[in-house]
Amino acid sequence: MTIKLHVNGQDRIVRSDPSTPLLYVLRNDLELNGAKYGCGLGQCGACTVQVDGNAAFSCLTPVAVLEGKSVRTVEGLGTATHPGVVQRAFELEQAAQCGYCIAGMIMRAQALLDREPNPSDAEIRAHMQPNLCRCGTHMRILRAIRRASEMLKAMPASRKGATDERHG
Amino acid sequence: MSTRLVRPGGGRRAIWLGLVVFLLGVLVAYAATWRPPIEPVARPLPSAFSAAQVERGSALASLGSCAVCHTSEQGATFAGSRALPTPFGTIYTTNITPDVRTGIGAWSREAFRRAMKAGVSRDGHHLYPALPYVHFTHATDEDLDALYAYFMTRQATEAVAPANRLIPPLGFRPLLAGWKLFFLRQTPFEPDPTRSVAWNRGAYLVEGLGHCAACHSPLNSIGGEKQGMAFAGGEAEGWKAPPLDATNPRAGTWSVKALHDYLRGGIEQHHSVAAGPMGPVTHELAQVPEADVSAIAVYVASLMNPSNRVEHSVDVVDRAALAAAAQPQGAEIFAGACAGCHEPGAPMTRERRPLLSTATTVLANSPDNALQAMFSGIHSPEDGQTPYMPSFHDTLTDDQAALLAAYIRLRFTNLPEWSDLRAAASRVRAEEN
Repeated sequence: MTIKLHVNGQDRIVRSDPSTPLLYVLRNDLELNGAKYGCGLGQCGACTVQVDGNAAFSCLTPVAVLEGKSVRTVEGLGTATHPGVVQRAFELEQAAQCGYCIAGMIMRAQALLDREPNPSDAEIRAHMQPNLCRCGTHMRILRAIRRASEMLKAMPASRKGATDERHG
Repeated sequence: MSTRLVRPGGGRRAIWLGLVVFLLGVLVAYAATWRPPIEPVARPLPSAFSAAQVERGSALASLGSCAVCHTSEQGATFAGSRALPTPFGTIYTTNITPDVRTGIGAWSREAFRRAMKAGVSRDGHHLYPALPYVHFTHATDEDLDALYAYFMTRQATEAVAPANRLIPPLGFRPLLAGWKLFFLRQTPFEPDPTRSVAWNRGAYLVEGLGHCAACHSPLNSIGGEKQGMAFAGGEAEGWKAPPLDATNPRAGTWSVKALHDYLRGGIEQHHSVAAGPMGPVTHELAQVPEADVSAIAVYVASLMNPSNRVEHSVDVVDRAALAAAAQPQGAEIFAGACAGCHEPGAPMTRERRPLLSTATTVLANSPDNALQAMFSGIHSPEDGQTPYMPSFHDTLTDDQAALLAAYIRLRFTNLPEWSDLRAAASRVRAEEN
């Protein structure tokens, strides 16, 4: 069956069973390999992407429910040479160890910062609670999110808009 | 009429007379409802209480789930400030730590007993029935004193609850005295000599400090429990609290053991996982003496099965092909979002988790709890202790949740379809906590 998705600002047509979780379509059909398969049960957050701006477990989101919604993955935030603000903050804080959870962490953090650019530490902790890191880099991840928040504050309004352009 | 119109003085007299009658009425009501303050006391020292009494109070505090309401998300235990949404506005729970200024540190034993039995604060103001004193009033003085001993030996925390936000005129507390005339019966618990010791113990706990009926009974329009309908099922924080009497659709399958396992562990293989506000209750019940949980199970089982006929069979219904043909969209969503855990044979179903075909939520007459589980998920009060379900609030629309619920009901039960699912999904999403 042909399914139309809106991913990182672009319309993408894929041939897939409508019950297929978004994660498999992203990785296998669209070659967007940032989101990772962790548990397949919504318990670890490695597969987190944004759906209409909210953090969502892509492993539990069948493409059938995505009609008319926009999906944003870590690839939609920036590139290795032009990273987005949150990506840059994670890099500056060296928040990744093995890196497997990081795309999911970045996307969940992005969903928070899109909604609340200046979250409190308690808000950050509560919001990030669903995502796990088995290497134990949580303290660096929290620092990176705070840093991203500060970087956003320091940015002129015009440049904040520039990152939003990539948002589908 | 016309004569009055030309004699404005008479109209003014009528207004004055009305005002005087009204003020007299207010005065009489105030006199009838006024309660004197009880003098503050010096905070009792922990050494004033025996360890045995404090230990007993600890178990009773868990049986009453005191900490669940009197603790906010970020706050210290028993320091209050948790928002309780009610149809009448938001009430913030009070600080029941022994802090002298902001808690109950200056309360005497008598002041504590009066609050629990008559719903009156130490300074004489009436308490809202969000504090379930209509049930606590049945507790013995000995138990109330044990609770007092327990609270007075906790860590004192300074915390002032935010002001309640109630619809006018409910902020005027003397009105509560009128409410109490209808709904507060200050009677001691009367044991039934024809029943077992365990049954009577269970009845005492369920009807008194356990205050189970506070959620599991229907309420009338002014927040009182409907007469003669105790345990006929109610609502709590956007979830349905199922009936605990014979009207429960699965009443016949709740044995004493099943109830015990559910209450003690928050999960029972052939019925349910304690979700929503019941989760923290089972967490509390895991910390009380085993005999008390068994006694509660004995009593509730007798309410659900008055004739004591318990069915032990478990019907496992799975009409996959039929449901997929009738609800193809629901089937697609189920396969992508739910099957990893809920498909018969999935790893979770081998961990003594309820199958959807035996889950109370799926077999209930109302779809509310099934929809609520989809939107809110299921969260353990303590991480990793009881089952977890992620929330699908942001990925499923109301229409998609309705289609999914219709598919699940059709596939895993032989019961009538849920009606008006689309409207139910919108309503439940709005009530979500």
